[in-house]
Amino acid sequence: MPERPKILILDDEQDLLELYRDLLSKLPSQPEVFTANSGARALALLNSEKCSLLLTDLNMPGMDGFQVLTIVRRRFPSLRTVVMTSLVDEQIRARAYAMGIDLYLEKPSGQEEVQLFVDCIESLLEREETGGFRGVQSKSLVDLIQLECLSQSSSVLKITNKSVEARIWIQDGDVIDASVGELTGEAAFKVILGWKTGNFEMLAADPKRERTIMSSYQGLLLDTAQAIDESQATEVSAAGEPSVAEGGTASPLGAVSRCKGVEFALSVDIADKSKMDAWGVENPAALAEWTLGLMHKLHALGEKLKAGQLVKVEGMGSQSNLGFLSRPDRELCVGLRRNMSQSEIAASLSEVGTKWVS
Amino acid sequence: MGFLGLFSKSSPGTNVAKLPSGSFTIDRTGRIVASTLPRAFDEKLTQEIGNIVLEMFLKAQTVNLPLREVFIHYAGLKITARELRGGAMIFLAPLKTG
Repeated sequence: MPERPKILILDDEQDLLELYRDLLSKLPSQPEVFTANSGARALALLNSEKCSLLLTDLNMPGMDGFQVLTIVRRRFPSLRTVVMTSLVDEQIRARAYAMGIDLYLEKPSGQEEVQLFVDCIESLLEREETGGFRGVQSKSLVDLIQLECLSQSSSVLKITNKSVEARIWIQDGDVIDASVGELTGEAAFKVILGWKTGNFEMLAADPKRERTIMSSYQGLLLDTAQAIDESQATEVSAAGEPSVAEGGTASPLGAVSRCKGVEFALSVDIADKSKMDAWGVENPAALAEWTLGLMHKLHALGEKLKAGQLVKVEGMGSQSNLGFLSRPDRELCVGLRRNMSQSEIAASLSEVGTKWVS
Repeated sequence: MGFLGLFSKSSPGTNVAKLPSGSFTIDRTGRIVASTLPRAFDEKLTQEIGNIVLEMFLKAQTVNLPLREVFIHYAGLKITARELRGGAMIFLAPLKTG
């Protein structure tokens, strides 16, 4: 079964977030839609979930959209980004495109604009499925190299795949060297050509670069064709980025995160607060400490009152609703969507409890 | 008789009959300003419930997740607390069995 694309929407207006969520969850590609009302929350979610697309507002308190985009470009270079704003200013638009966004949209106002907006997002998600290098649509890396070599160019091709950076040196239409990590020469070239997606940038030629690749570019491309096939199934493991497990969720709380209305989750070991699992949490250490302290006091209170076992705690908040559950060895805190009623929170917590305990 | 005795035992740790029913209000300084709880109910426990609830509202704000209402569910008692300008109104309701 093909994996559903994941979209993250970032906007400080909660009502708009809910509107966008409703609109985008009905797309033909049936994406999973996550929402965040702050830059910090969005970055935490991106660390936990392998999203295909980020839709972000620009004008937000605290961390604004440009700050978020700067971090996202560095930490998640393959993530497609769409700016969705009510700011109509050519300079801002140019600045956003200069940061490598895929689309700059004004917030839709009429029915037709809403339809256009929805179509644009669906189209971007479809493009995600076919891969390709950002900047030159439907051009493979082989095409790019051929283009440079045929035109007898001299340049340095800088390629970024997730957080891994690579370079290919082209001198007078010949590939003379390549590097990725500690690999250089033909070995590096083969690894780079195995990448399916990424960002590229043409840098100025480096005539002082020593030549380590002696084969012609045609021979090199033919030799590496086999390597491409072999490496297609192997995703590059980006150093410094959380390893995302099957289903695109890095955290052991993956099953909990799929429960209705869950925005974030954290479970912490009762004996050691540093042993925690977090999904989409902005400040895990502070939340873990609070959760442990609160639940410890409530357990003790229950014993003094002789009120029986602590079953659950629900909290209704202005930003998120909260739920707390207990296991003999761990405590769990989940954030739930703000607009859920108390009965919906209860139902969701019951589902969370079943999945967490199992 | 021994067999029937198994069914007549109440669930361990839940003493529904003695659980308090009523409400009280605590101000932002932790002072209990009004209460409809039975006089027999230990005032220290009332104060402790109030303190825990106040701290919960306060700490929720410090982790950027402000709360306006909380529901604490024990097997035999439900505590509902509503935030009131730094203080709280707290309701205690024993759960009915059977």
